[in-house]
Amino acid sequence: MIPSNKTKDVVLTALWDDNPVFRQILGICSALAVTNLVLNTMVMGAAVVFTTALSGLTVSLLRKWTPRVIRMMVEVLVIAFYVILFDQALKAYWPDMSRNLGPYVGLIITNCIIMGRAEAFANTNPPLLSFVDGLFSGLGYATVLLCVAVVRELLGMGSLLGMPMPFFSSPLWDRWIIMVMPPGAFFTLAVIVWLARTIQVEKDTKKETKS
Amino acid sequence: MTIGNHMLHLLVVLFAAVFTDNILLARFLGMCSFLSVSRQVKTAVGLGFAVVFVMTFTTALDWLAYKYILQPYAIEYFRFILFIIIIAAFVQFIEMAIERYSPVLYQNLGIFLPLITVNCAILGASLFMVIRDYNLAEGIVFGLGSGLGWMLAIVAMAGIREKLNNARIPKGLQGPGITLIIAGLMALAFIGFTGVLSG
Repeated sequence: MIPSNKTKDVVLTALWDDNPVFRQILGICSALAVTNLVLNTMVMGAAVVFTTALSGLTVSLLRKWTPRVIRMMVEVLVIAFYVILFDQALKAYWPDMSRNLGPYVGLIITNCIIMGRAEAFANTNPPLLSFVDGLFSGLGYATVLLCVAVVRELLGMGSLLGMPMPFFSSPLWDRWIIMVMPPGAFFTLAVIVWLARTIQVEKDTKKETKS
Repeated sequence: MTIGNHMLHLLVVLFAAVFTDNILLARFLGMCSFLSVSRQVKTAVGLGFAVVFVMTFTTALDWLAYKYILQPYAIEYFRFILFIIIIAAFVQFIEMAIERYSPVLYQNLGIFLPLITVNCAILGASLFMVIRDYNLAEGIVFGLGSGLGWMLAIVAMAGIREKLNNARIPKGLQGPGITLIIAGLMALAFIGFTGVLSG
């Protein structure tokens, strides 16, 4: 068994301190493109969580048998394996969604977050802990994506998950079409990053004045 | 289709890839290096050229591989792996060739080449090409246009960010925050090109 406080540490670091989007601004390529609708974003988020968690587990299981020089190759292949699984399943059971997401599911392979977690964590840690780390890194990423998507769909279309919201779908609200277009993604993410960083800057200055 | 028509069609594909459907500003690909390498115009130009070059050739290679390896055996789902291997191998090969034959070019371009393997815009261009069912000529022109569009965006961004060095920006907004806002404004400007194609 893994000690529970270590797991808690890993979870917290993955969700906030090392949140790939807020803190490192990594892997946002695919983050922005699919966030115009909440539903698309949830599927994309699920794909990322699935891939990070399972590739973390697999890379960690294989770490003792992987020669160091070819470990990057192995990591890429493991990640690609899970991405292909997800892509094929989506194509078979939900072809409409597969068309909506276009190439972005495949592009998860080049998402720096997944490779980063495999390289930085799964390579040196036991399988179960790597699975937890991957799971919550993926969830941290998916949460940011969802925040962006909620703002964009609500302001841009007046709905959430396709359901019209009170007020926002009424004539009182002029829909901000710009929010579902590409610039809206940049602006929304910029504001969210700004908020997260301001909170962090305040936290850091508090820590400094205390010590 | 006459030759004139054909050329016009290719021109439309090129124009769309550079301006109206810019791979960075409308499709959000290649953001990581866009945010981190856009501080200076000089480096942005270097990386831009490397991307144009690699993208043009890899779309061609990927098209051939898709048509003559994946499709005949009906194993299209292997395209993610095959495309990545082709891109990595091509970049590696070019790096060795440049180092051997043109040390000057290697000094200017060499450091950017490894960065390109992980640039999702390169893989993205190939995937878009497959989804849109382009033929070889369209694919190459699309790769060239996407590369040029990416370069245009990163060089423009670097130019703006050089000017921003003297601006006073709120602490939380420095770095990625302000860059994203500028990118949003640029995307807004690029949407203006849409009328050119439909009109």
